[in-house]
Amino acid sequence: MLFSLSGKNILITGATSGIGRAAAVMCAKQGARVLCIGRNEERMCSLLTELHSISSAEHSSYLLDLTNNQSLVDCVRELPPLDGLVLAAGINKWKPIPFIKLEEIHELININTIAAISLLKEICKKKKLKECSSVVFVSSIAGVYTTSMGNAMYAVSKGGLQAFMKTAALELSSKGIRCNSVNPGRIETDLIKNNTQLSDEEIRMDINRYPLKRYGTPLDVAYSIVFLLSDETSWITGTDIVVDGGLTLK
Amino acid sequence: MEKFIELFAEQLDAMSEVTLNADTRFRELDEWTSLVALSIIAMVDEEYGVSLSGNDIRSVNTLGELYNLIQEKL
Repeated sequence: MLFSLSGKNILITGATSGIGRAAAVMCAKQGARVLCIGRNEERMCSLLTELHSISSAEHSSYLLDLTNNQSLVDCVRELPPLDGLVLAAGINKWKPIPFIKLEEIHELININTIAAISLLKEICKKKKLKECSSVVFVSSIAGVYTTSMGNAMYAVSKGGLQAFMKTAALELSSKGIRCNSVNPGRIETDLIKNNTQLSDEEIRMDINRYPLKRYGTPLDVAYSIVFLLSDETSWITGTDIVVDGGLTLK
Repeated sequence: MEKFIELFAEQLDAMSEVTLNADTRFRELDEWTSLVALSIIAMVDEEYGVSLSGNDIRSVNTLGELYNLIQEKL
């Protein structure tokens, strides 16, 4: 089977919702043992039930806040050797520049950028990534290819994450570890649904800007994540897959 | 109301002075853009502690109606 993840240990952050959750489910379907990091106990239980219904692999969960460095260090110590890592934890907040609050931009960068850096750092230090493993960063088209009004904090956090991905790809290449990103356009997740700042009319107009005339789904992105985790992409590193319905063509 | 109109005017990138009052149909102003809408939401959150949605903004026509909507949500 192409793009099989059979027998691989894959660690996923932000696993209980949105793109992270879809990736967890797809990885299990492709034969992986999925190790999930998330903050919400109820959603984690529901995810694990679903993963166990897909396969008999030893899926497991770690409930923690990745911005708490001690919890992160403790979690990494317990991890088995990894074949793959998906960094999908992220939040968003829309604020025009004059209204940006320092505590909000710190929170956003802490979760979207620094938590991913800290986790990969700790995993490397403890040598938990096997040779020829694959790291996938869930980045964005925002801050990398484009941006939008009011989206400065998020764009900054994802631009930083993208820069880190490229450096990590270079540094870890000597160990055969690959680093790539997926860069979605707007995906229908709770992150977007909970953003009530756009009216229904504005959302309709926004969807119309996409050449493929719809927002993406978490599954659209999960397929690309599985692709980059698989051995079929063993000569791809430091690159990104734009999953945006053609938006950045314009 | 006067203070609200003043705060609203601050969010418009008007080159010329725009005269605003309670009867102004704000979404029909030349200066009205999606960024101004986001700025109004952020300003109302900061100044009044009220969370407006994009649909709330579209549900009213005049500045007076917008002000009343904020008062209802206080």
